[in-house]
Amino acid sequence: MAVEAPVIHEMGHAIKRKEDPRFIQGHGNYVDDIKLPGMLHLDFVRSTYAHAKITRINAEKALAHPGVLAVVTGKDLEAAGLAWMPTLMNDKQMVLPTDTVVYQGQEVAGVVAEDRYAAADGVALVEVEYESLPVVVDPRKALEPGAPVVRPDKNTNAVFHWEAGDKQAVDKTFKEADVVVKQDLYYPRIHVSYMETIGCVAQFDSIAGKLTMWMTTQAPHAVRTVASLVTHIPENKIRIVSPDIGGGFGGKVYVYPGYVVAAVASIKTGRPVKYINDRSEDHQSTAFGRDWYMTAELAAKRDGRILGLRINTTSDHGAFFGDANPSKFPAGLFSICTGSYDMKAAYAEVNGAHTNKPPGGITYRCSFRVTEAAYAIERIVDILAHKLNMDPAELRKKNFVPADKFPYKSALGWSYDSGNYQAAMDKALKKIGYAELRKEQEEKRKRGELMGIGISSFTEIVGAGPANTFDILGLKMFDSCEIRIHPTGTAIARFGTKSQGQGHETTYAQIISEELGLPVDAITVEEGDTDTAPYGLGTYASRSTPTAGAAAAMASRKIQAKAKKIAAYLLEAREEDLVWERGKFFVKGSPDKAKTIQDIAFAAYTNHPPDLEAGLEAVHYYNPPNMTFPFGTYVCVVDIDRGTGEVKVRRFLAVDDCGNIINPLIVEGQIHGALAMGFGTAFMEEIKYDSDGNQLGGNFMDYLIPTAVETPRWETDKTVTPSPHHPFGAKGVGESATVGSPAAYVNAVVDALSHLGVTHVDMPLHPWRVWQILKDKGVAL
Amino acid sequence: MISKESIIASLNNVGPNTLYELSKRLILLIPASFDYVAPRTLDEGVKFLEKQGDDAKVLAGGHSLIPLLRFRLASPKYLVDINRIVGLEYIRESDGYLHIGSLTRYADVEASQLIQSKYQVLSDAAGHIADPLVRNMGTVGGNICHSDPANDLPATMLALGASMVALGSSGERVIPAEQFFVDTFQTALKLTELLKEIRVPVPSAHTGSAYMKLERRVGDFPIVGVAAQVKLNAQGICENVGLGLTAAGPKALKPKGAEASLRGKKPGEKEIREAANLAAQDAQPVSDLRGPAEYKREMIRVLTVRALQRALERARGGT
Ligand SMILES: Cc1cc2nc3c(=O)[nH]c(=O)nc-3n(C[C@H](O)[C@H](O)[C@H](O)COP(=O)(O)OP(=O)(O)OC[C@H]3O[C@@H](n4cnc5c(N)ncnc54)[C@H](O)[C@@H]3O)c2cc1C
Repeated sequence: MAVEAPVIHEMGHAIKRKEDPRFIQGHGNYVDDIKLPGMLHLDFVRSTYAHAKITRINAEKALAHPGVLAVVTGKDLEAAGLAWMPTLMNDKQMVLPTDTVVYQGQEVAGVVAEDRYAAADGVALVEVEYESLPVVVDPRKALEPGAPVVRPDKNTNAVFHWEAGDKQAVDKTFKEADVVVKQDLYYPRIHVSYMETIGCVAQFDSIAGKLTMWMTTQAPHAVRTVASLVTHIPENKIRIVSPDIGGGFGGKVYVYPGYVVAAVASIKTGRPVKYINDRSEDHQSTAFGRDWYMTAELAAKRDGRILGLRINTTSDHGAFFGDANPSKFPAGLFSICTGSYDMKAAYAEVNGAHTNKPPGGITYRCSFRVTEAAYAIERIVDILAHKLNMDPAELRKKNFVPADKFPYKSALGWSYDSGNYQAAMDKALKKIGYAELRKEQEEKRKRGELMGIGISSFTEIVGAGPANTFDILGLKMFDSCEIRIHPTGTAIARFGTKSQGQGHETTYAQIISEELGLPVDAITVEEGDTDTAPYGLGTYASRSTPTAGAAAAMASRKIQAKAKKIAAYLLEAREEDLVWERGKFFVKGSPDKAKTIQDIAFAAYTNHPPDLEAGLEAVHYYNPPNMTFPFGTYVCVVDIDRGTGEVKVRRFLAVDDCGNIINPLIVEGQIHGALAMGFGTAFMEEIKYDSDGNQLGGNFMDYLIPTAVETPRWETDKTVTPSPHHPFGAKGVGESATVGSPAAYVNAVVDALSHLGVTHVDMPLHPWRVWQILKDKGVAL
Repeated sequence: MISKESIIASLNNVGPNTLYELSKRLILLIPASFDYVAPRTLDEGVKFLEKQGDDAKVLAGGHSLIPLLRFRLASPKYLVDINRIVGLEYIRESDGYLHIGSLTRYADVEASQLIQSKYQVLSDAAGHIADPLVRNMGTVGGNICHSDPANDLPATMLALGASMVALGSSGERVIPAEQFFVDTFQTALKLTELLKEIRVPVPSAHTGSAYMKLERRVGDFPIVGVAAQVKLNAQGICENVGLGLTAAGPKALKPKGAEASLRGKKPGEKEIREAANLAAQDAQPVSDLRGPAEYKREMIRVLTVRALQRALERARGGT
């Protein structure tokens, strides 16, 4: 058989994404693309109040409207025991309210109709009468005595108290300190603003007794298990399919009331039911990110040596505690807040509160609260530099965990796998021309011009996670890969994760290609269908490469081990005498007499050793021994318009280290995207509420996300410090830039104003906010 | 059926940048049902309005009306789509006027050599409305008829001293811009009239103009905007000044004191500052997500300085 040598795109190659031809030609298959015969449409009446008693729901007019079939209320669900559902954090959440609404935009009643328009007309015709109740929107106020209680089923707004570190040891460092700095930092509430809003199609097959849900979920298996436990529908009679997903960013780990109502409606009507959020509905009711009030304090010696860190936090979780966290981590991985710095002691405390706002907190590429942690430490370190009159780069270098101290045990208990912070920073400073920029800044200051340079040297923590500590509702956070090699040498690989744009179809194929020598195009990657994919916990918090990517390598290695047996049989040699060279086995010393992986695959089904099972497939459930700790140094250069307060980001350089890289193109794309998100967070995004709990910013007219026009031209570079415990030395990267960049932007703006005595400006850095400072300092034009 | 008046009345209660104010309570994004007519001639359009004006809404570029329909802030019985009327898209100079057909798209205004060379404030403004998608669809007539104080063209027309040509069943009438903009979402146009064209006096020599817009992000409505046109005589003395303020009150504003302060003077830094201070005094901005009122007022001042400087540069022969 004369076959041309196949092209192999193993790891490290910047191949174009295999999934893109379908996306860029409009052939993606998103939930809203699914159209089933007889499909009905579900739309929601939503609460106009942030907190109110429902005194009456009158659906008569809606039901009389042509095309409207049913109006589902909380009372209807209560009868079926489904008025409430469990959340991911062991709380419970209203599906539809029976008598009290707890935030504006909350689903009050579902209208089921023959088409989308009739459903919307029906929504407009449902009459709901409310009696308003006192509202609390600020989590700090919510925890004060006498605050209105948000939940009808609880008597307090306190959600949890969490702490980490040795409080007394930290207090001691503050006593020993020459300098102490302290700063209040608010990390604003934002919305992930994925392109595709939340939605599902529910189809109940009454003959088979099987419920199929196509839904926008980042974690299909977990949803299936929880749905089975709640509804008592056997788990084999529930199929969750995540088709193509238009961005998740954590917002699609949550389980939304609409999913449940759609399922109930399908079971009741016997017809498929589609529910898709409008953009405004989505913005006003689905999971937010952050809303995190911190007070950070740093103790240091006069020479800049950091001794201890203390952070006190109040966090907002909305009306229900549903954060998409690992269960044992109510404050996520906030305890990474010592960042890249070696210090004796640290203490962090978080108090969670209910407010009359939608539930959420963990979203927007935050790596489970690492965004907040990185922001706090990178900001307070800059404030210390300012106070000591030290260059912020120098101060950082002085305190970095040295490269020879890895694995490094952090003051709050994490074991950092690998790092070389100094190298990343040196590269960044050299590339941006730091010394020249400082000179330019000095000259500009003399002329009254405002220019700033901001640095952020963050440390990430991703890849949840080791099964002994990480679980979601008891489900351990391993992840999985199953590979089947077909007789003719192509393969299908299925995973427990679910890409939402990360490029899994390409990177996973490259991993398998690296391990087995199959060409990338010969490997089909599938995810998201619980009827076919191996069990896994899904994709979020940059965990796919550290977990399922590792599983792909391990499953490949199992296949390679079996392939070796088959090759030995085919070559009539002993296994010990065989040599593996990517894609083939040969007997030591005679490389011309090789059996390719394709030969072996064919033999596995046609001519396998008699003492061996036929077939060539493997499955692996990978339990990571530790988290991975990506890092980097970002440098941002800004100019400020003294007339208007507008900030122009002149340059932004990101030097990232995510260990070994599978596909540089995809990594760069992930970094670009996350830098843009960080930019949005720093400069324009914020969901505000007035004191009545009205959301200000519930659509894209008011809630701004950056466009290509204002987004800076990114400069990127890398250092490579492999993870010592990962099968191929990789770390996650999807969130590095959302974690690392906000502090760089803010540090740059504060740096531009520091000679005026400014030490902090809260995000978002609206022109008017910056202008107010210029005016107060007497430098506004 | 909600009448146009009731929509206007409800919108008037909430001031500018308003869709949001009401939309936060009305999260519907699917319009109520309506009938659709698409006249082929102006005559046909006007006749239909004469009959059904109270129940009808004219659809031009749709980039303000469609959002209103989707939020159900407007639920007209008829949409009268004027896009198929031939001969409403034109830019030409004759009889001492620049004539712009009401259906002319921003993209065409932005690209017009004629406008770029003599009516820079208009090409500046048109080029900064929203994004290319909106600019390909949005019409000069629609922008003006909508009378949103946050729209860029009403203030521009005030600065240029434009007039609007309205067409009803009894014929045409010409309405000066100053009288055209009545209030938020309210113009001097009758429900039975169509806006046919906009007329701008052809500027004499030594005239320059500019539009300055401060926005939170490209594609967003302005925080504030300032339109300026300056006519100098051969000695460099200001003969005439036109100013218009965007997002500075319930409708586009014409700061007359500021205009008057420059007339007959040689505009130097001091005179410009003085005019800008007067313009800022005339502004009546409100606090919202785009910034506190105080900031907006100050920005009217800053942008008036910048717009006048730019207009003067152009009047003196720069670009
Ligand atoms: C995302 C977005 C951003 C935007 N940003 C800006 C911005 O920065 N600056 C800005 O100026 N605008 C902005 N707009 C508004 C946009 O410019 C609209 O196009 C404009 O306001 C309305 O013009 P239109 O042709 O689309 O009119 P339509 O939306 O079709 O109509 C608007 C109103 O005018 C009436 N009307 C239209 N034409 C006539 C006519 N010939 N005779 C009588 N009545 C008529 C209609 O009945 C309706 O009441 C934005 C819009 C969007 C969607």
